[in-house]
Amino acid sequence: MTTAISVSGLVKNFGRTRALDGLDLSVATGEVHGFLGPNGSGKTTTIRVLLGLLRSDAGHATLLDGDPWSDAVDLHRRLAYVPGEVNLWPNLSGGEVIDLLGALRGGLDPKRRAELLERFDLDPTKKSRTYSKGNRQKVAVVAAFASEVELFILDEPTSGLDPLMESVFQDCVNELKEDGKTILLSSHVLAEVEALCDRVSIIRLGKTVESGTLAELRHLTRTAITVDTARPPSGLEQLAGVHNLEIDGTHAAFDVDSHELGRVLERLTTFDVRALTSAPPTLEELFLRHYGDELAVERENHEEVPLR
Amino acid sequence: MTAFTGTVRLVRLALRRDRIQLPIWIGTLTLLAASLVPSIIEFYPTEKSRVELAISSANSPVSLMTNGLVSGTSIGATVAAQAMAMFLGVAFMSTLAVVRHTRQNEETGRAELVGSAVVGRHASLTAALIVVVGANVVLALLSTVLLIGNDLPVGGSIAMGGGIGAVGVAFAAIAAVFAQIFDSARAANGAAAAAIGVAFMLRAAGDAMGEVVDGGIRVVSAWPSWLSPIGWAQQIRPFDRDNWWLFGLFAVAFLGLIRLAFLLTEHRDVGAGMLATRPGPARAPSSLLGTLGLAWRLQRGVLLGWAIAMVAFGAAYGGIGDEIQDFAADSQATEDIFQDLGSAGASVTDNYFAATFAIFGIAVAGYTVQALLRMRSEEAAGALESVLATAVRRPAWMASHITVAVLGTATILALAGLATGFTYGLIIGDVGGQVPTMVGAGLVQLPASLTLAGVVVAAFGLFPRRATALAWGAFALCLIFGQLGPLLSLPQWVLDLSPFTHLPAAPVEDVAALPMTVLIAVGAGLVALGVAGFRRRDLALS
Repeated sequence: MTTAISVSGLVKNFGRTRALDGLDLSVATGEVHGFLGPNGSGKTTTIRVLLGLLRSDAGHATLLDGDPWSDAVDLHRRLAYVPGEVNLWPNLSGGEVIDLLGALRGGLDPKRRAELLERFDLDPTKKSRTYSKGNRQKVAVVAAFASEVELFILDEPTSGLDPLMESVFQDCVNELKEDGKTILLSSHVLAEVEALCDRVSIIRLGKTVESGTLAELRHLTRTAITVDTARPPSGLEQLAGVHNLEIDGTHAAFDVDSHELGRVLERLTTFDVRALTSAPPTLEELFLRHYGDELAVERENHEEVPLR
Repeated sequence: MTAFTGTVRLVRLALRRDRIQLPIWIGTLTLLAASLVPSIIEFYPTEKSRVELAISSANSPVSLMTNGLVSGTSIGATVAAQAMAMFLGVAFMSTLAVVRHTRQNEETGRAELVGSAVVGRHASLTAALIVVVGANVVLALLSTVLLIGNDLPVGGSIAMGGGIGAVGVAFAAIAAVFAQIFDSARAANGAAAAAIGVAFMLRAAGDAMGEVVDGGIRVVSAWPSWLSPIGWAQQIRPFDRDNWWLFGLFAVAFLGLIRLAFLLTEHRDVGAGMLATRPGPARAPSSLLGTLGLAWRLQRGVLLGWAIAMVAFGAAYGGIGDEIQDFAADSQATEDIFQDLGSAGASVTDNYFAATFAIFGIAVAGYTVQALLRMRSEEAAGALESVLATAVRRPAWMASHITVAVLGTATILALAGLATGFTYGLIIGDVGGQVPTMVGAGLVQLPASLTLAGVVVAAFGLFPRRATALAWGAFALCLIFGQLGPLLSLPQWVLDLSPFTHLPAAPVEDVAALPMTVLIAVGAGLVALGVAGFRRRDLALS
């Protein structure tokens, strides 16, 4: 497996604020990699370091076997970028912006350009200042997807798109993946990440807190179980890894740490299972598990600050 | 809820946003007014000297065009005759502020956010007008108090302070209309600047064509002056006639214009202008597909505006060149003024043109600064992020903007010289001889602009977040040293800090190679410093 993006121990300070605090990220060639984290956790800063727009203070970053800062221009011929906030030149038409960015990148496929405009239902003759946020994003997405490059770096590319366009976007990403392209997708839309990504990295406060395939991450978390048994189950509360247990006669509902699932099931079978549903954790639950304590910390902080 | 609900809150929001900007404008203009009186008293202490000044000013079309009309010889009247800078300053303060709180809010989407709250349709424009009219009232009061404090008559002080405020209020109303018509702040500000330019030119023509009466100490302007709010303010003739009825004319114009602005507000959508944005091409022309093509596309509008303005000024100054000799013959004072500015051995006309081109040189440097600062707005507004994420080298991107700015400066200077030489040549029957001379005199100004360009590029490369302030600060220092340096009796080494001090008085003096080479070399060195700084630094995105 070759690596398209390899980042280790990345540090970036803005004055006294530490935006990245030893961040690690590894994206294999040909995969769609989800890049998750709450607002202000450092996703955009990481991407800007990878694009050579910002210089890291410590750590290593390798992009397509090059150095993001010193080899920026050569690397940029091989990648396309959709910024999180798409700012265009107000008096240029969307079509002009697409052609311009494509040309500066080193050329774009006119057939693909026409096809993408059609699929994203974008009028290229409108002046950029008249586009909505979603349409500005479409301009950047079309310019990126029509480029003949091997790596796509997309920073929350669908935050302004409607559900219809979101599904067009997902189709496009899947096509690129089939063509063997690598995609780093920063996103808040967890359903999108679940649908598209092979692997995800979750970051928080400038650090990577989880990284792996969705299956691997699920293994680290809890499965929700509801079960009906012939005899009232007992002793479940003493088992390791069982949480939020609620027992109502022969009906029980609880969450269980995934690595304890086997032993809990063994115990359940002794009460003669009649019906059992198990729900794998959603990405949302994964997400909330990591940010849950952050929310708690934040609440504490707010309590400490006297109201003004 | 009425159309005006929420106005008070929006006024407070606008005051909060402008808490630094407006006080700086008001403070600077007040200081300018405050410095006028003592300098008039110092330089023209006697009635006799003021009569001489009035007569020479009234007989000089140049003075009538740039300073405006003459009306009386008291200290107050002499002060009032020097108020042109105040009128122009207050006009720009007002138009920029109105556009900032109306069209700019709509363009950035802030108005949408505000409009979704409990805010009436007319609240935004009303709040902007309240703030700007308020700023003008404060400025008028401060100026009046300062004038009275200098022992000038109360009535005249109120008339002069009020006239300054009235000009600001009139242009606020004009900007309010433009903010409805155009759908970008850039276009609205451009149109407002053009309106100020037209108002200046109208009264320049009217005053220059005016009739000198009362033994040469008063000028009765011709009709074009009456088409200009700046002209009206001068017709108040403070400390001489105190024509109060002109404030009524201002009031009528203000009410009519804001009525029009409110009517326009009712007939358009939030974010849209009255002029629909035309669709653009679906494909980019090949001329756009590069950093230079992009820089040209982004900069050409500003360049065109400057070129038109400087051609107009060149034609106007060239058009009266032939009359200078006659006026100078009538007035030793005028001849002395031009002799001071130029070279002792040269003719009055040549010295007049040397003074003209010195003004053109520093004025066009304003374009140089504006054009180069486009780099900073590209960076701060975010479009640069997308460009530098493509295969564009940072120095190449800078080079494209610097190329447009430098060639643009040279073009404007050459065109100003061309227009001056053409009209002057037409009048004296020597177009073929005057055009090359005057184009040369224009281009001689270029090296100083290049030094200033180096300062701007270095500021952008090394201190991006302060670049705008540093660049305009440097420009302002050059302007002050050049225009007011001798008047303020600054030491020579201070004046030498301005690159414009080192320019030869073209077309009078010969062009010496050494200072020009040094100016260009310093500029090039600073540019290299700026490029090196930009290559090393993070993008400073807002």
